[in-house]
Amino acid sequence: MNIHHFQSTVDMPPFHQYLSLMACALIFWLSLPASAAVEYHSFSQPEQEQAYRTLIGELRCLVCQNQTIADSNADLAKDLRRQVYEMLQQGKSRQQIVDFMTERYGDFVLYKPAFNARTWLLWTGPALFLLAGLFAVFRVIRRKKTVGQPALSSDRQSRIEALLEEGERE
Amino acid sequence: MLKYLLPLFLFGVLAAFLAAGLKLNPREIPSPLLDKPAPAFALPVLGAADKTLSNADLKGRVWLLNVWASWCVSCRDEHSLLLEFARRQAAPLIGLNYKDEATAAGYWLEKHGNPYTASIMDIDGRTGIDYGVYGVPETFVIDRRGLIRHKHTGPLTEADLDNVFLPLIEKLQAENP
Repeated sequence: MNIHHFQSTVDMPPFHQYLSLMACALIFWLSLPASAAVEYHSFSQPEQEQAYRTLIGELRCLVCQNQTIADSNADLAKDLRRQVYEMLQQGKSRQQIVDFMTERYGDFVLYKPAFNARTWLLWTGPALFLLAGLFAVFRVIRRKKTVGQPALSSDRQSRIEALLEEGERE
Repeated sequence: MLKYLLPLFLFGVLAAFLAAGLKLNPREIPSPLLDKPAPAFALPVLGAADKTLSNADLKGRVWLLNVWASWCVSCRDEHSLLLEFARRQAAPLIGLNYKDEATAAGYWLEKHGNPYTASIMDIDGRTGIDYGVYGVPETFVIDRRGLIRHKHTGPLTEADLDNVFLPLIEKLQAENP
C-alpha cells in the first residue's frame, strides 16, 4: 500500500467539513452590516473625520427609513452625507448640523431623538413598563405569602390534630 | 371582579393602540416646515436657463410647489391631475425639477404635457434638502406671506385635490397678505 497516499487521504478533512465551513463563512458574511460604498472625503483634522463618521451614523436615510445615511446608497443619503461634510468643512458644530437636519426633516431624521415634550414617553416608556411589571410581581408574591399560611381558627386546628392522632391509633 | 376586568381593559387599550398603529403610514413624516417660511431659492428656469426664479418673485400670492422628476415613476400617476389643476388656474403651480437633467425633463414635459407655470431646476438637490424632500413627488402649498401651509408626500389623488388642496387654496386666497 502506498503510505503516502494513505496519509494524504487521512489528513484531508472530508469534503462536507469544508462545506459546513464555507456555509459558516457565508452566514457570517451575510450577517455583516451591509455598508454602502461611502465616497472618500479628506479631512484636515482627525476630530473632524471622527465627527463626520459619528454624525452619518446617527442620521436616518428618509428614503430607506431603517438605514443610517452611512449605510445607505440612496441618492438622498449621498446628498445628506455631502451636506454633513460641507458643514463640517465650514466649521459648523455637531449641534448646528443636527439642528439643520431636524429643521428640515423633523426628529425622525435622528436615530437618537432628543428628549422633549413629544418624545418623553418614548424614552421613559420602557422604564415605566419595567416598574409596572415589578410592581405586579411584588403584589403577586405578597399575596402568595398570605395564602401559604392558612388562617385556621384554633379549635379547627385542634380538631385536625385530634383526627390525625385518631387515625394513627387505628 | 376588578381582577378580571383590569386585564381585559389593558388588552383593549393595547389593541386600540395597535389598531391605530396599523392605520398610520410610516412614509408620512410630519414636516417640521409647516407654518414656517418657505426656504429661499433662486434657481434657473427649465427651458430658459438664463432666467432665474426665486421665492421672492411669488410673494403676495398663494402658490403650489410640486417636486417632480423625469425619473420619478409615481409622478406619472398624478400628472393628469396636475394638468387638470392647471386648467382651472386656481393658483400658480411651480415645478421643482429635482435632481434631473434639463433635456430629459424637457422631453418628459413635451411627452406628457406641461402643467407648470414654470419649472425650476434643482440639479444637485440642495433646494430639495431645504424643503425636506425625501420622496418625490411632493407638493407644498405656500400662502401670501410666504409660509408653508400644507405638505403632501407621494402622488396626489383626486380626493386630495378636491377635499384638501382646492378648499385650502380658496381659504388662503381670502386671507390678507
